[in-house]
Amino acid sequence: MGRYLVRRLLQMIPVFIGTTLLIFLMVYALGDPVAALFGDKAPDPATAARIRADLHLDEPLWKQYVLYMGAIFQGDFGTAFNGQPVTELMASAFPVTLRLTVVAVVIEIVVGITLGVVSGLKRGRPLDTGLLVLTLVVISVPTFVSGYLLQFLLGVKWGWISPSVSSEARFDELLLPGVVLALVSLAYVTRLSRTSIAENLRADYVRTAVAKGLPRRRVITRHLLRNSLIPVVTFIGADVGALMGGAIVTERIFNIHGVGYQLYQGILRNNSPTVVGFVTILVIVFLVANLLVDLLYAVLDPRIRYA
Amino acid sequence: MRGASQPTKWVACAVAVVLAASATACGGGNGAGGDGILSSSWGDPQNPLEPANTNEVQGGKVLDMIFRGLKRYDPETGEAKDMVAERIDTSDSQNFTVTLKEGWTFSNGEKVTAKSFVDAWNYAAHLDSKQNNAPFFADIVGYEDVHPEAGSPKSKTMRGLVVKDERTFTVALTDKFSTWPETLGYQAFMPLPQAFFADRAAWLDKPVGNGPYTIEAYTKGSEMRLRRWDGYQGPDKAQNAGVDLRVYTDNNTAYQDLISGNLDLVDDVPAQQLKNVEGDLGDRYINQPALIIQTLFFPFYRPEWSKPGMEKVRVGLSKAINREQITRQIFQGTRTPAKDWTSPALGEQGGYSDICGDACVFDAAEAKRLIEEGGGLPGGRITLTSNVDTGSHRQWMDAVCNSVNNVLGRGPVCTVNPVGTFADFRNQVSNARVTGPFRSGWQADYPLIQNFLEPLYYTGASSNYGKFSNQRFDALVDRANAEADEAAAVKLFQDAERILADQMPAIPLWYQNGSAGYSERLSEVKLNQFSVPVYEAIKVG
Repeated sequence: MGRYLVRRLLQMIPVFIGTTLLIFLMVYALGDPVAALFGDKAPDPATAARIRADLHLDEPLWKQYVLYMGAIFQGDFGTAFNGQPVTELMASAFPVTLRLTVVAVVIEIVVGITLGVVSGLKRGRPLDTGLLVLTLVVISVPTFVSGYLLQFLLGVKWGWISPSVSSEARFDELLLPGVVLALVSLAYVTRLSRTSIAENLRADYVRTAVAKGLPRRRVITRHLLRNSLIPVVTFIGADVGALMGGAIVTERIFNIHGVGYQLYQGILRNNSPTVVGFVTILVIVFLVANLLVDLLYAVLDPRIRYA
Repeated sequence: MRGASQPTKWVACAVAVVLAASATACGGGNGAGGDGILSSSWGDPQNPLEPANTNEVQGGKVLDMIFRGLKRYDPETGEAKDMVAERIDTSDSQNFTVTLKEGWTFSNGEKVTAKSFVDAWNYAAHLDSKQNNAPFFADIVGYEDVHPEAGSPKSKTMRGLVVKDERTFTVALTDKFSTWPETLGYQAFMPLPQAFFADRAAWLDKPVGNGPYTIEAYTKGSEMRLRRWDGYQGPDKAQNAGVDLRVYTDNNTAYQDLISGNLDLVDDVPAQQLKNVEGDLGDRYINQPALIIQTLFFPFYRPEWSKPGMEKVRVGLSKAINREQITRQIFQGTRTPAKDWTSPALGEQGGYSDICGDACVFDAAEAKRLIEEGGGLPGGRITLTSNVDTGSHRQWMDAVCNSVNNVLGRGPVCTVNPVGTFADFRNQVSNARVTGPFRSGWQADYPLIQNFLEPLYYTGASSNYGKFSNQRFDALVDRANAEADEAAAVKLFQDAERILADQMPAIPLWYQNGSAGYSERLSEVKLNQFSVPVYEAIKVG
């Protein structure tokens, strides 16, 4: 296990360098960010040149990347164009998005797995068919549609909640955005766990457990569920990163000032320090989440061993 | 959580508590502020909030609340009225003596003196300060010493600025510029307290000015709380206790907040809500012309568009655009078809007049004739370019192309080149990489006809992206700038504008209106010529 962990951690380094380089190239390809700073007016050449020099934009691309990575390892993610250090932006944005992600993942796990188990146990019955149709609908509706719709119904029409989230972004305010963010993944979790449960229901060890006379509840939770969760855990693990990065739409609809908001602003204004900095952190989140998923396998299924 | 029924709220809180495994604050709501304080939508300013570094509406909005300069544009008429200035004297339209009124202070107690202005302007113009608005000071003698085109600045200060005593300073300009005092209402010319120079970083965290409001709290990227400053001595004291500016990424969300009573004022009604706005808000919806015009610039740096005879094609294209229909159907009347190269917000006196005339009126037969007489479209086709990330640009470009294609009746000869982001578009335009007509949006910095013509069409001017050049036009602008009598100057500018009507370097499309909506708590809500709400005049309750 220890050696496996070390190997995995070492593997992360090339992935990390590769992804950040790609992002860097892509943001660079968007063009010169300095022109946009001046709005509809023509940039003053001398001022623009000075800003470019300060941001190292006049250096060759490889050198910019090296300088940038060098600064990152000293904890300096650069400065956004509004004069704020990117680390400051991160400190305000990541906790908000993390809260939103936690809400979404908890909803995904609790509701998704429950529905999946119920559906899997009642395979072929009207309830199961109904859930399958429902999840299909949810998967096919884009997030911005469900987001605006729920915001309009709950926030504007019925007035149950406020249509936007305040700057503190408390947990209770994040419930609806969390649901919206979780919806699509929730449908996948339901379908995954349903199939998995339905398959394992006919497995030998379940039949044995039932034959032993174990209570139905114990058979389901200890034997059936534990073994059926592996694909679901894989999905949820990978989903944590996707949710954090994919919050752009949800955060925009509910005016949440998190990672998605900062990324959106960064892309719109061609602000490379913000975009590359945030994506770098997201890459790390992805890598760590995947590692945790792999380690969890062993806990769920002792037959899986790490050499 | 205003208006949430109690049971729902409890359920929400209970679930939240379970989720958080900690007590969350479920008491207070984030509704509209009480006690005479109003909440308003805001966008994240693009640059740090320094007067000379702010050139867009969102940052300008704040500066207008916390600063007062020598002059201020009357929110109703646009006239530049003395504010901190007692008088600005000149005998030759080139050397000015500025005298300040007595009794003005910054909200930190510092007096507003001649030095507050001179220091601020020297800072703004200096290359090392990297201020976007530095070129606004280019008319002052000695600008090239602090802001050379290449190399390092030779001086810290401009020779043309001299402090005479606490309340007087003189300004020497490089050329005659009769309307120069009227440019001084622009935010780049605001004074700065010594506190700014002592600790710039701290000042930027919580800017201090001399206007009717002070900043109580500023959370960058999300909220700014402004409160009425009771020590303010100016004539335009705030009529409300304060303004909370809340950053919205999506103006649609701000609009939903407004109609559900969570926000008091939205100064940008989203296009997709324009159908409902009358029903939702009734007479609490404002839609009035602002100092903004959209044009289609021709690339004169491309020989095919600038060769003699092409003016007929350019005028023909202008006549091929059905402005009435496009503004009505795509913009729901929030744009006004253009009749000249300025804006109706200037008023007749300021120089707005139907100068484009026939050339801006849709006439299919005439348009076709002119384009054919002029030798047809270069290569038989044109491509329109604009960024498409905001402003329904894609939709109107498609509509303009349809209009042109229908007029010519030769199939799809007009196509659209959509550019993904504003930044990329700006880049292509400033580097003269666009090969066909491209969009140019112009928001005036001050309500002067000069600002609509000189920066855009004068040879080599800062925002003359099409590289248009016409000696007669330049000469008339020079004469207008030297003319001391205001009405005569406006006439000369209009003469210059008539050359644009002949040459059509840019097709005027439409004037952009300011749009705003507000809640029942507010009254006296107005927009100024820059389509920014006149915050200090708003009454709450």
